[in-house]
Amino acid sequence: MSRKTDRSKELRAIIKSHKRWDVIFGLVGLGAIALAILTLVALFAQMVIDGFPRISVEFFANFPSRRAGQAGILSAWVGSFFVMIVTALFAIPVGIASAIYLEEYARKNWFTDVIEINISNLAGVPSIVYGLLALGLFVYTFGFGQSILSAGLTLALLILPIVIVTTREALRAIPQTVREGAYACGATKWQVVSDHLVPYGMPGILTGVIIGLSRAIGETAPIITIGALTFIAFLPPMPFTGDPAAGLFDWLFSPFTVMPIQIFNWTSRPDPAFHANAAAASLVLVFLTLGMNGLAIWLRYRLRKNIKW
Amino acid sequence: MSASTTSGRIVIAERLTGAARLAELAKIKVARKRKDRMIEFVLLLAACVSVFTTLAIVYILLKESLVFFSDVPVWSFLTDTQWTPLFDDAHFGIAVLLSGTLSSSLVALFIAIPLGTIIAIYLSEFANHRLREVLKPVLELLSGVPTIIYGFFALLVITPLLQEIYPGLPTFNILSAGLVMGIMIIPYVSSLSEDAMRAVPMSLREGSYAMGATRFQTATRVVVPAAFSGIASAYILGISRAVGETMILAVAAGMQPNLTLNPLEPAATITSFIVQVALGDLPHGSVGYQTIFAAGLTLLLITLMFNLLGHWLRRKYREAY
Repeated sequence: MSRKTDRSKELRAIIKSHKRWDVIFGLVGLGAIALAILTLVALFAQMVIDGFPRISVEFFANFPSRRAGQAGILSAWVGSFFVMIVTALFAIPVGIASAIYLEEYARKNWFTDVIEINISNLAGVPSIVYGLLALGLFVYTFGFGQSILSAGLTLALLILPIVIVTTREALRAIPQTVREGAYACGATKWQVVSDHLVPYGMPGILTGVIIGLSRAIGETAPIITIGALTFIAFLPPMPFTGDPAAGLFDWLFSPFTVMPIQIFNWTSRPDPAFHANAAAASLVLVFLTLGMNGLAIWLRYRLRKNIKW
Repeated sequence: MSASTTSGRIVIAERLTGAARLAELAKIKVARKRKDRMIEFVLLLAACVSVFTTLAIVYILLKESLVFFSDVPVWSFLTDTQWTPLFDDAHFGIAVLLSGTLSSSLVALFIAIPLGTIIAIYLSEFANHRLREVLKPVLELLSGVPTIIYGFFALLVITPLLQEIYPGLPTFNILSAGLVMGIMIIPYVSSLSEDAMRAVPMSLREGSYAMGATRFQTATRVVVPAAFSGIASAYILGISRAVGETMILAVAAGMQPNLTLNPLEPAATITSFIVQVALGDLPHGSVGYQTIFAAGLTLLLITLMFNLLGHWLRRKYREAY
């Protein structure tokens, strides 16, 4: 009898010591997450403390300057805006079209395999390599120069895999019955795609596009590589303004700077007053990218909640 | 436009009778088929853009590197212990840049792999549904912050902090850049590993619990081995992110070439060297201009190697359920 209770006591002790590991690991896991989140919080705190006092209307309306107190991000945010337009105009149609091809049209053969492997490999290519591609191809071979067009196309190629992969996932999530129903009514393949699949997949596609663009707006390395200038105290020519009047597309070939490059420039100066500028510009940039990410997460959430096939 | 003409033609065809009607409908069918073929072709062209991108990357890097290697022998590129491409007495020893890339990646992975794995196990096996739904997007924000901002953070927050602990630390050093890089890479490691663990079927866990295993035992002895291929490819993605990371190093690690594996020293990496050259004003076609393509080719080959290793691991160790 007593031997039996000894045994069960022993077992209880073993179970207890094993369960203790559960608790310990739970705490370690929470600690790891806390460390990651704490870093994020510290990053934000530092940006807000250093940068927030610098944020004002003038900060958005002034060109960069040698005097830190008067320097602003006008040319940087306008440059980022124009570059994003080029990126979006190229990456969105091409990305969605290739996703549609791969998901709905492509037959299973070696060529499709090549495209698929290629896309997953491209997603792993470091962004600076895209910069070198752009330097050799857009800047010198095509002769676009160190312009908004070169930068926009570079970033478009960079985010293309993201747009393609998320669009394909969105299309794949649409049940086969939708396609079969449309075909049964005599629709052609393109009618099925354009009238049913793309509209139904829209929230998912938009998520991918937004995540891609938010990645593009924060990219620095490829744009430095094509040789964007860091000190730009003018804006790209707006269509039909100035003397002589600028053409509709002159801005595409204008020199430019973008937000991340402005931040890099201010960070690499020894004067702490410029670091405050860098913090303020970082705050604006982070607000933009995280805002876009948040929008994408919200879209994904809504998509999951509202759609029941 | 063409859709309305098609439906117009159908209306006309409806009015016809007999053979004429059939012939008209057949023509409409042919026209619709032709339009579909054209659209398919346009979509195919779009899909080919990514293939052209790869070809263009390889072509540009090879073209400029070949010119570079006609000046600099491959052997001295691989074995020289100095990297002074812009000096009169030019040396091109890629090992110098590789040492910076290696030590910064090691520091980053030293942070990202343990933390990423622990977080993945915690989220997949320990956290309840609601906690996971909250924590995952927050962690993903870590990878959404632009890397230039991490560089700024490393230089102006982490480095002074580390200098409190270790006063001899120079302003620019691999350590603080690597640490911040590691934090940035955590979500890449954790979210892919977690996906892999969640794909392990419930029945395996239930079997383990039925044998009296605890959560921790189930996680480490059943789930992690079963998800090994996915976890390994998450690690490899982390490695190739670390090797290709640019701005954190360009800002916080200094850009002087330094053949060392000591993370307490400043050093240039392959990526930060490219940035440094691109910031200067190098004439198109000079040897300095071509070095960045040779450096870029080296970088591409390294990341390609890891990508292929990832594919191979996934294929070799995939457990099919």
